[in-house]
Amino acid sequence: MRLYLDHNAGAPLRPEARDAMLPWLGPAANPSSAHREGARARAALEEARAAVAALIGAVPAEVVFTSGATEANNLALRGAAAGGRIVSTAIEHASVLEAARAAGMALVTVGVDGEGRVAADDVVAACAGRPALVSVGLANGEVGVVAPVGAIAAALAGSGAVVHTDAAQAAGRLPLDVRALGVDLLSLSSHKLGGPAGAGALWVRSGTALEAQLRGGPQERGRRAGTENVAALVGFGAAARVAGAELAPTAARLDALSERLWQGLVAHIPDVVRNGPASGARLPNTLNLTVPGCAGESLLVLLDLAGVAASLGSACAAGAPEPSHVLTAMGRDADAARSGLRLSLGPRTTAADVERVVELLPRLVAQVRGVHAA
Amino acid sequence: MSAERVVVAMSGGVDSAVAAARCVQAGYDVIGISLRLTRDGSGTCCSLDDFHDARAVADRLAFPHYVFDFTDAFEATVVRPFVAEYLAGRTPNPCARCNQHVKFDLLWRRARELGASRLATGHYARIGRDPASGAPVLRAAADASKDQSYFLFGLDTTALARTLFPIGDLTKTEVRAEARALGLPVADKPESMEVCFVPRGDAAGFVARHAPPSALRPGPIVDEDGRTLGRHAGVHGFTVGQRRGLGLGGGAPRYVRRIDAGTGTVTVAAGDRLSAKGLVARDVSWSGGRAPALGTDVGVRIRHRHAVLAARVVDSADGTVAVAFADDGPAVTPGQAAVFYRGDVVLGGGWIAGELA
Repeated sequence: MRLYLDHNAGAPLRPEARDAMLPWLGPAANPSSAHREGARARAALEEARAAVAALIGAVPAEVVFTSGATEANNLALRGAAAGGRIVSTAIEHASVLEAARAAGMALVTVGVDGEGRVAADDVVAACAGRPALVSVGLANGEVGVVAPVGAIAAALAGSGAVVHTDAAQAAGRLPLDVRALGVDLLSLSSHKLGGPAGAGALWVRSGTALEAQLRGGPQERGRRAGTENVAALVGFGAAARVAGAELAPTAARLDALSERLWQGLVAHIPDVVRNGPASGARLPNTLNLTVPGCAGESLLVLLDLAGVAASLGSACAAGAPEPSHVLTAMGRDADAARSGLRLSLGPRTTAADVERVVELLPRLVAQVRGVHAA
Repeated sequence: MSAERVVVAMSGGVDSAVAAARCVQAGYDVIGISLRLTRDGSGTCCSLDDFHDARAVADRLAFPHYVFDFTDAFEATVVRPFVAEYLAGRTPNPCARCNQHVKFDLLWRRARELGASRLATGHYARIGRDPASGAPVLRAAADASKDQSYFLFGLDTTALARTLFPIGDLTKTEVRAEARALGLPVADKPESMEVCFVPRGDAAGFVARHAPPSALRPGPIVDEDGRTLGRHAGVHGFTVGQRRGLGLGGGAPRYVRRIDAGTGTVTVAAGDRLSAKGLVARDVSWSGGRAPALGTDVGVRIRHRHAVLAARVVDSADGTVAVAFADDGPAVTPGQAAVFYRGDVVLGGGWIAGELA
């Protein structure tokens, strides 16, 4: 039996999302068409928009559907200009950092501490009292640390700053309310919360200036041209609805499971190090660890051969690994930054799954270490 | 009882694909590994496309495939020495170094971590047995035109004992035919002949980009009588035996005879002055562990794709070996490997220090 523990790379499609999508895989469904088929597609699309909005406490009209969080991040960073500067952090997702570099504005990257925490004061100080586009991810997908985005937004309120947060990893795992958070732009991903890949959204607070990056038709209120992918977005909406409904009990359960996983591993793997916050604000489902003297690549392969899907930091194309820029920013050396093994749990992960890893991984570590001890 | 596990090093090309297929057919438990060796991907190897090709082959043959990031190790053991050798006036052989330090050492260590007892590659070379001792010996490939034993001389007996060269007895044509018969998507993929990390084969440009600027010093081009014929931008642009690109204008063709990195002097000579009587090699290792006796006749290959030259061992001490060619040979290029053969068996090899005085 395969055990999938890579939900931060992409969660399996929720059955509810699948069921919601199926009727839309056949018929012509352009929501902008005048005929009845078009009207039905429009209704389904708006229902999905309402469901996504509800997950984050937003008004549906503020939700711009995109092809994913990468597009949402690009739209935010290249479409919202404030003060000609971008202030971000060293541990952002590539779609934030690369979009920021491509935006043609000065970029200030704020560092993090050894557990991946960014200090709200550092972000505010980097703005230096002048308007800026601030982009700080809500939860980091590699190590699970949660950033003080609310405090940052509150401190910058009235300064002319536009505050964006990439909430792709947080949505569906942490309670989210855009009004309470106080940000202006927020990115979402469908497949991180059990919808299909290829769908996402940018929430845009009313009144926030945003220039479309994809030009063409007037779809998405002129902020994102192109016929909407109704089937995928309906799936996104259904996944958001379920994720929101089960959020509190699932988060509590995953928090207990990931803690049990860590306790089980730390008891049986000498010198294992947890990457990320030891306590406090973090994703309930994410455990990132380094085993000194063990190449993360080897552990990942051995886990995969033993039926367990995990990852080394963020997934790259064809599994071609890079030293993690997140672990590097947290002060880890190159070897450690290459070896952060990430186990990310999902709503279907069971206690038995966790015990399987607690039994398996220490054996694999002993195997790898034994080769060089011999 | 589960099958013996073998790690197959996969470049994404047809040779390693067929090597992997032959391991599957032989009943091994195969794991394919591709190595990411450079970060910028500007060379001809280890692009994402190559990884996808290797993965497509693994998928077709139903074995797992992974990519390991060896960029730091490759930089330290291959790229930096490559640059340093050029700056020292020598012409390095990075493929031999990569085999010795990266594929058959670092990758082998990883393979053991994965529970593998063997490492296979798509090199054109064979492994035979010494009739006297029974120890494994490296042999040239059946297809002499593709033989890569020159790049593999650094493998000692221990390494050879765990290594598989599954395509060493095939010709390239046979390899492609076998790939087609298996429906492998890389059957007709063109092969790369250049140093994988050097874009467009421009070694001098690569060295110039990777060396500290202070290391690139212009100097004179002189003839053997010391007359200055021209200037150059740095010794890294030259290889002993090179004719083209000297920038000396017309007249009889001249060739690089010597490179003195200390003074930055490049000495050129007419072609008939170039032939060497023999060579001196350093850091020589012998597969049997012992150097052949003085006076032993050996074959020596002084660069890839070059014919094996008849030679005789005339001096040998502490890993330095001198051989005299039976007939005057071509220019010997310091930094290239000197690989010694008896018939098609590799006896050992080392690095060319210079020509025999």
